[in-house]
Amino acid sequence: MADVKKHDTPMCDELKKGPWPSFVDDVEQRGLHGKQECLDMLGQLELSYKHKETHWKHGGIVGVFGYGGGVIGRYSDVPELFPSVAHFHTIRVNQPASKFYSSAFLRKLCEIWDHRGSGMTNFHGSTGDMVLLGTKSDQLEPVFFDLTHQMGCDLGGSGSNLRTPSCCIGKARCEWSCLDTQAICYDLTQTFQDELHRPAFPYKFKFKVSGCPNDCVAAIARSCCSIIGTWKDDIRIDQSAVKAYMGGEIKPNAGAHGDRDWGKFDIQKEVIDLCPTKCMWMDGDTLKIDNRECTRCMHCINVMPAALRPGTDVGATILVGAKAPILEGAQMSTLAIPFIRMEPPYDEFKEFVDKIWGWWMEEGKNRERFGELIQRFSIQKFLKVAELKPIPQMVKEPRSNPYVFWSAEEVEGGWKRDIAEFRKRHAA
Amino acid sequence: MSDFISQQKELYGENVGFDISELLAKPYDKELAGKLYNPLKPMENRITDIGPPHFLQFMPEVIKKNYGKWKTHEIIQPGVIKYTSETGDVCFSVRTGTPRLITTDFLREVADIAEKFCEGSVRWTTRNNIEFHVTSEDALRSLLDDLKARKHPGGSLKFPVGGTGASVTNIVHTQGWVHCHTPAIDASGVVKAVMDDLYEYFGSHKLPAQVRIALACCLNMCGAVHCSDIAILGVHRKPPLVEDDRITGVCEIPLAIAACPLGAIKPATIEVDGVKKKTVRVNEERCMFCGNCYTMCPAMPLADGQGDGIAILVGGKISNRISAPKFSKLVIPYIPNEPPRWPSTVKAIRKILETYSAGANKYERLGEWAERIGWERFFEKCEIPFTEKSIDDYRLAYDTYHTTTQFKWSVHTDNL
Repeated sequence: MADVKKHDTPMCDELKKGPWPSFVDDVEQRGLHGKQECLDMLGQLELSYKHKETHWKHGGIVGVFGYGGGVIGRYSDVPELFPSVAHFHTIRVNQPASKFYSSAFLRKLCEIWDHRGSGMTNFHGSTGDMVLLGTKSDQLEPVFFDLTHQMGCDLGGSGSNLRTPSCCIGKARCEWSCLDTQAICYDLTQTFQDELHRPAFPYKFKFKVSGCPNDCVAAIARSCCSIIGTWKDDIRIDQSAVKAYMGGEIKPNAGAHGDRDWGKFDIQKEVIDLCPTKCMWMDGDTLKIDNRECTRCMHCINVMPAALRPGTDVGATILVGAKAPILEGAQMSTLAIPFIRMEPPYDEFKEFVDKIWGWWMEEGKNRERFGELIQRFSIQKFLKVAELKPIPQMVKEPRSNPYVFWSAEEVEGGWKRDIAEFRKRHAA
Repeated sequence: MSDFISQQKELYGENVGFDISELLAKPYDKELAGKLYNPLKPMENRITDIGPPHFLQFMPEVIKKNYGKWKTHEIIQPGVIKYTSETGDVCFSVRTGTPRLITTDFLREVADIAEKFCEGSVRWTTRNNIEFHVTSEDALRSLLDDLKARKHPGGSLKFPVGGTGASVTNIVHTQGWVHCHTPAIDASGVVKAVMDDLYEYFGSHKLPAQVRIALACCLNMCGAVHCSDIAILGVHRKPPLVEDDRITGVCEIPLAIAACPLGAIKPATIEVDGVKKKTVRVNEERCMFCGNCYTMCPAMPLADGQGDGIAILVGGKISNRISAPKFSKLVIPYIPNEPPRWPSTVKAIRKILETYSAGANKYERLGEWAERIGWERFFEKCEIPFTEKSIDDYRLAYDTYHTTTQFKWSVHTDNL
């Protein structure tokens, strides 16, 4: 066994107790199997637990030649105590869409990372990348060459780039998906490789693809451009399965509430009365839906998955501008395109993307997210740039103030007026 | 599915990453990068812009065969979902929690399990859970037994099964003191402490609905916790220090000034040993501790062991189910950092979770429950003191004020 030095980490060791998987145990064991970086990282974490402050330094620009993203520089501010993590740079590796892996893939990645890095990873980073956590500057190019030549893998996004797109499991294992989420995610990632690797934007830009309005990848909260599956036709109903739910033969909500006695399933109380638009009712023992009034919230489908399924005339709703609070406050995505077909090569969608990126790159300030750009200008300006028609679906309610920015062209006679003429009618 | 596979092959079959099985079959060559990479000619032998490997090659057969044909699903026990296809095929998905920060040792163990039970295939969810897929009840039982037996030396489970249905599923979180330069709190340690305490809710379906907990270790929120049922957020409470002797060397002063959303940073000139030096001054009264200045300028650190801690926000959601997606709302402005087990934070979260669980209707998310009973009642029931700090005074604050005579009598009005 390699010669490694374990630090005294009494506080970290407390986190070996309890049922939830202990990262401390995992990291320490990896360290004892020959990775000093793991033990030094825990040593530094112990120091942070003592000081209640981080001991990682502010950034530093590192990367691989020709790319402006994918690597995040990180240095310890106590390198004399923990020399093996003095440099501890992060590498983001673009994950396969919806995060299926083969064991062969994982094993080879482990070999590369044991040889060239700390042996620690994140599966996954918040945006979706595989994160290789901690290596030295001189290993960055070799890791990149190993990933591209020996694994057919590439880096993910960081900085003012397109960030790595991500998606839900989609049709691969979900009956509700209205989109080929992996295919869309893969195609966008491949189409926009240049934007992903070479920073040309004011700030980060994120695509996320969810197959239905349950939105399992949080597209509406976390992406500048949210692609969420929806349908135009009727919810598919299997009336015999509806009866089976009513008769207690099938557990509601796929059994999601099984460990508590909520009483007998009551379709009126649990489905019909909770429908946000009240567009469902029982006609005798037949469930009826006024689909024109449905807003596709998924509740009835979630509760009775064996009886109800989304329609088959499917596409995506596109919303834009979500972000976390920094700087102007948190935003969720705003409805832009109520329905768009999402079939390869996705030309109509990509034309939309070109238009909004063009505007953002022209007008966006340094570190201004796309959602903030819309706030600074206006939704009206966004609609003009994106060549979208205003529709009531874009607002919760019409404005309550009367401050409309009329343009001269919209007003009869324009804005050129003569004060002398005015005064002929009205004495001063 | 065959149509979909052939379409994908036709569109992307030429891409390097469409099929990497041959690459993966070759043993790792430790010397190769050294031979190929030439620092003097950095573009030589460089492969770029190939993007991620194509997803199809990693899916197990049952997933590929039934792509787009899934009909329904049932959670047969917490953590185990049975999917049924129109073809009659079934697939059991077993979900296990992970700490997200994992080593190559652990990844190899995942590969072992995948090879033993799942044709070598495995997937991760958006919330850092692992999913193993099997197609028979026998394989399912063997897999569950195998997972249950795998433990870390300290006794914690390596593969806890759960996180489905009306449960507390895995906490999504950020790097914290393990790897980040801006955090106000640790991430992995807090998550471990909270999940240890709430473990009974991970492996059971006894809550009114799913409860999504998320942690971000500073306001940058790379973990985007702003739409979570319960959000644990690291906050600073002391204004930035200014390193006068270093600032011009490491920062663009105009960028540092522009970084402040409240205009609290102004340019200044000071004299050091008779030499005039450019720097900045902070109007501390105006600082809202967002840390954006430090992001732009390393000579303006905010971190402070006494100042930093945790804020709790609740009632957010992502799903469009029943009600529209909601932001999380700040209900506890500050809890001190208490490594290694953060007991006050753990206690506060359990209290909120159990009060919700006792009071909410079936299917009602935490935010929907709080809105139904009223926020005055939420604070009363959860025994959280309401302070001015929960009243918004930033952009769009007015939208959150009550402009009606409709309110409920609660402990906050009982003494009037």
